[in-house]
Amino acid sequence: MQGKLAGVAIGALLAFSAQAASELKIGFLSTLSGPAGSIGIEIRDGFNLALKLAGGKLGGLPTEMIFADDTLNPDTGRQLAERLLKRDRVNLMTGVVFSNVMLAVWPTINESKVFYVAPNATPTTITGKGCSPYFFSASWPNEAHHEAAGAFAQSKGYKNAYLIAPNYPAGKDALTGFKRMYKGNIVAEVYPKLNQLDYSTELAQLRAAKPDAVYAFLPGGMGINFIKQFNAAGLPKEMQLIVPGFASDQDIVRAVGDPMLGLFDTSHWAYDLDNEGNRKFVAEFEKEYKRLPSLFAEQGYTTALIIDQAVRDAKGKVEDEKAFRAALMSAPERAKTPRGSFKEAANGTPIQDYYVRELVKDKDGRIVNRKVDTILKQHQDFWLKDCGMK
Amino acid sequence: MPASLFLEQTLNGLQFGLMLFLLAAGLTLVFGIMDMINLAHGSLYMIGAYFMASFSQMTGSFWGGMALALVATAIVGALLEMSLLRRLYGRDHLTQVLATFAIILIANEVVRIVWGSQPMLLNTPADLAGPVTLPGGMQYASYRLAIIAVGAVVALLLYLLVAKTRVGMLVRAGASNREMAIAMGVNIRRLFTAVFALGAALCALAGAMLGPILAVQVGMGENILILAFVVIVIGGTGSIRGAFVGSLLVGIVDTGGRAFLPLFFGVFLPPQFASAAGPAIASVLIYLLMAVVLYFRPQGLFPARG
Repeated sequence: MQGKLAGVAIGALLAFSAQAASELKIGFLSTLSGPAGSIGIEIRDGFNLALKLAGGKLGGLPTEMIFADDTLNPDTGRQLAERLLKRDRVNLMTGVVFSNVMLAVWPTINESKVFYVAPNATPTTITGKGCSPYFFSASWPNEAHHEAAGAFAQSKGYKNAYLIAPNYPAGKDALTGFKRMYKGNIVAEVYPKLNQLDYSTELAQLRAAKPDAVYAFLPGGMGINFIKQFNAAGLPKEMQLIVPGFASDQDIVRAVGDPMLGLFDTSHWAYDLDNEGNRKFVAEFEKEYKRLPSLFAEQGYTTALIIDQAVRDAKGKVEDEKAFRAALMSAPERAKTPRGSFKEAANGTPIQDYYVRELVKDKDGRIVNRKVDTILKQHQDFWLKDCGMK
Repeated sequence: MPASLFLEQTLNGLQFGLMLFLLAAGLTLVFGIMDMINLAHGSLYMIGAYFMASFSQMTGSFWGGMALALVATAIVGALLEMSLLRRLYGRDHLTQVLATFAIILIANEVVRIVWGSQPMLLNTPADLAGPVTLPGGMQYASYRLAIIAVGAVVALLLYLLVAKTRVGMLVRAGASNREMAIAMGVNIRRLFTAVFALGAALCALAGAMLGPILAVQVGMGENILILAFVVIVIGGTGSIRGAFVGSLLVGIVDTGGRAFLPLFFGVFLPPQFASAAGPAIASVLIYLLMAVVLYFRPQGLFPARG
């Protein structure tokens, strides 16, 4: 009797899952509190804006968002992912900011066969050997900003570069990405400990070493500290500071102010990209939040646009793996994202342009990241070569 | 190594040490006199920096903003002491750690609600924005010199306050033997509140002075609090002199380690080992220092309690 009942239940469930979902439940697992919480909030604001503009329906389906805060703790992240997947039974996952959290939650998501759309962290281990049909990035492969920075330093003909990154895996990866593209002389590679406050030691070394360019991958508060102190030491007159775009966008500009001027950064997006999707995004974001968007907001917004397009193309069949994967892979070409139209590589990472931006004042006196050049055209993830998927 | 680099790194160590002293001085008084472990000390530092950012934007003046921030943070400190911390003095250290850790979390969220989650804008005043040329031709950030000056002046004032005034005598009496001080008729409640407010003002001074070269953001206090605890363990709890010597030791050892250890290892190790081992050992150097001090002087260098 019990066996029969179970059979009926399974049959009912199977019948249910083959149908188009009548509503969309998205698990948004992100870092929303603590010192790094501003990044998750920026991504969430971008995502929410797109959702609001779509009338609360992504792909035409009423959308329920379930937010969870990993507090930048991988263990917390894993527990929350379990809860979102097993108890809340979400159809889609997104939101993770940091690669270490991503690597911790990824096995759980992958085993549940739920699609994950990355609004930020796109670690090389998930895009290379460990690639999966359930992983889809709407941002950029982890090393791309650094590769673009290396290419920029190379194109400027800087003979000597000084590299600085925190002493943790992502820091080493960042400088590897930079060095892949930069062929000049590297005077020093410095790895201060994570969350170091004072950079006077490194700045004294910089003054003595006199490089042409400094590449600083110092995310969040570390970058704020470094840029402020770099300026106080009077070094901008002697060497060019280059940073990855995510460490110098509007969230950092608002905290640092004028010392940001004259920096170069590299990014997959700029607020002044000339396309329809971007003009709409920047205008609506300013209207909604009374501030300029950062690239994190763009990533959140683009993630929502791509989900919207893919759900629409798959006619709501999020559970139909093949159809939804195909819809996701082609969605960035048609969703009018602020980056324009772009393609996805087989490992689920964008093939897109990367820009050099300069920190300047616009006509209203605001400090903005103005696009000056396209440094990498149709650039794709270096680790695609290790992914066997077609 | 050129002499100017050596001198610059020494100044860096001095500057970092004096800033740590501002934090450690308040912490050590609270720890020594009230026998209270206050993890929320870092939160007062954060609140001080946020007040500084707001008031200096409001008034348009760096130093005016700083004066307001000091007063406001002292008031917050006094209110915190009178409403909450006072109830914890008699409890064991574990309870104090738990309760003040809760205050850290609450303070972080309150700051986020009031000021938002984005880091705050706070820059050096214009006349201290660039580097100056020191005698001998060395360039050094003028703002860092200002930090050294402020730190040194405050250290001197604190010394005079504690060593030469009647209030200072009561503070020393409280630190060396609390029960005896109460028995002699000292109004210990009022003294505690005053000491706590003073500690909060010193925190605000550290936050205000460091804000222009560090990120003013939620959670900024936790990083620096660990260093302040290392300082008071090295210096001996309750002793201003200990906090002063401990701060300078930690500042100079930390900066010197980062600057010179990689070079030192480079002399006899292959470059790839030297570049990996140098920073790794430099980052634990202050804890090694603490372990060595504790081995020879378990009470710290200058314990307040004989």
